[in-house]
Amino acid sequence: MSTNNKTLLQIKNLVLYFRAGAGDVQAVDGVDFDLDYNRAVVVLGESGCGKTSLAKAILRLLPRNISKYSGNVFLENRDVMALGEEDFRRSVRWVQMSLVPQAAMNALNPVLRVGEQVAEPAMIHLGVSKQDAFEMAAKMFQHVGVPVDFLTRYPFELSGGMRQRVAIAMALVTSPNLIVLDEPTSALDVLTQANIFNVLKRLKKELGLSFILITHDIATSSELADEVAVMYAGQIVETGDAEPFFTNPLHPYSQKLMASVPRLHEVRELDFIVGQPPSLINPPNGCRFADRCPFRFEKCSEEPPIFVKEGRKVKCWLYA
Amino acid sequence: MSEINVAPIMETKKDEREILLSVQDLRIWFELRRFGFGHAGYVRAVDGVNFQLAEGETVAIVGESGCGKSSLMKAILGLHRPTSGQILFMGDDISKYTAAKKRWYHSKVGYVQQDPFGALPPFMPVRRILEEPLIISGVKSKSERIDRIRKGMEEVKLSPVDDFLEKYPHMLSGGQQQRVVIARAMIMEPKFLVADEPVSMLDASVRVEILKLLRNIQERHNLSVIYITHDLATVSYFSERIFVMYAGQLVEKAPVRKLVDQPAHPYTQALLTGTSEPDARNALTYKEIPPGEPPSLVKPPTGCRFHPRCIRIIKGECDVNEPVEFTIAQRHTVFCWLHK
Repeated sequence: MSTNNKTLLQIKNLVLYFRAGAGDVQAVDGVDFDLDYNRAVVVLGESGCGKTSLAKAILRLLPRNISKYSGNVFLENRDVMALGEEDFRRSVRWVQMSLVPQAAMNALNPVLRVGEQVAEPAMIHLGVSKQDAFEMAAKMFQHVGVPVDFLTRYPFELSGGMRQRVAIAMALVTSPNLIVLDEPTSALDVLTQANIFNVLKRLKKELGLSFILITHDIATSSELADEVAVMYAGQIVETGDAEPFFTNPLHPYSQKLMASVPRLHEVRELDFIVGQPPSLINPPNGCRFADRCPFRFEKCSEEPPIFVKEGRKVKCWLYA
Repeated sequence: MSEINVAPIMETKKDEREILLSVQDLRIWFELRRFGFGHAGYVRAVDGVNFQLAEGETVAIVGESGCGKSSLMKAILGLHRPTSGQILFMGDDISKYTAAKKRWYHSKVGYVQQDPFGALPPFMPVRRILEEPLIISGVKSKSERIDRIRKGMEEVKLSPVDDFLEKYPHMLSGGQQQRVVIARAMIMEPKFLVADEPVSMLDASVRVEILKLLRNIQERHNLSVIYITHDLATVSYFSERIFVMYAGQLVEKAPVRKLVDQPAHPYTQALLTGTSEPDARNALTYKEIPPGEPPSLVKPPTGCRFHPRCIRIIKGECDVNEPVEFTIAQRHTVFCWLHK
């Protein structure tokens, strides 16, 4: 294992297939990436590219119709894929890493006070007393910017932005090092969105957290990104630092995606990608983007390996 | 692929155009009742809105959830009766329309919903969805209806038409569903279109495709469009003017570039700050966002409704007197005491 002590998470050849009527859905198909301590990686991709499945595969929150689940997930130098389900639940999930699921703010239990819901993971996973758990919850409320007297309120008494902060506090209360955020702001208003990102930035700085941010929103993703991973049809097609990515994406898919982002201050023409992503049941051989790619050539009918260009990784024959 | 580029709308001199829609001092208040009876106040969803929309003009109404943009839109569509004020369509007050005139009005106004899947009846094939408005408005001949449906589907690029005619909404992708919604809105050849967040549910690349399609249709038919959104970034690709809405009022009105480059109202400035552009430097700084949340529309703050959150508040003025409309440049007006 080639990790140094800066590496928090290392994912190798992670595969997650679902059984469906017409065959296996290859939702996550050979994903590799690393994440250091106190860094944030953004997983960018459009609906149906497998980004939520990737989050589920990392946290092992799997539905029943799994046909294949393999690969390695090294978390703090331990292969957590090798652990049994009970060990994983006791020592990894919510202890070392936690999740803010999509639309979490609408999934709070309506008949429990939010304080109890935030304290619950601490009682279950860390085994602390109720009183200690409430103190921990109160501390987390301060971190995410929710007034402490809101602990005794019910979800319906809170606005959308406040509920989202509560959902984040729930993921934080057990002090994991890694938080996976699945579309944390997609249902929120502009100003609330900006506020949540301010909170996440502050948490990263104050608590030294690492984030995996899963989103389709390229513009707001740049608010948190140190690194970017672009996902297309179940595979990661490009990874690299945020700065070069946002100015000069390498993969043709990333380039097209960036060209489709409307800008506020710049007058520029917008572009879009013709066609639709391939089916994940029978993905095409070779490069999965080839059918929609303006630069395709003969080589693209073979599956491209990952090429390294100036420290960035890209799965495209153009960089051979 | 030059033909699929979307260029931002440039300001044009179109001041001589005829006024199509005129909204005058519109108020829509919903009564609150205690235990089903007994008056308990009003929700002032729209509170004193004035604007005019010219023929062929596109405007965007930008605001956060709960600011009253949907109520305003529904009033324009004739679904809410104004508490006071008027909505004039080609000079006539729409609340005074007879039943027959109302049907005519509804054929002149197209509506593009936010969530295409929710807006399409699940048990109807595309043909039936598009045929319905034609049947209701009395197009008797079946062959004429089918002709118009085919034309409408080609216009939104649902081609080959025969592949889509008998499909049900769930068999279509999000982008295709939104095309059906647009085709349905256009099938009666309306004079203007109300588009309520038409692209917010779509992926980035599909979003541009649909925006481009709406632009094409708008230009080809010289349609007036009211584009309702919370996303300022897409606005400049679709509209000539922006109205910023806050707590039931239009606080700033300006041509798009002017509003983006020289926002006058502190709320507009905050919205612009809050909107991100893809730039790695964003991760290094915090954003300055006004504290708090939009006020209750039952008991809005006195004076300027934004004053409790405003960083540039003038004490004794903003919290006491309701601001009036100041014109600060040509076609640029703002409700804010800073511009007295």
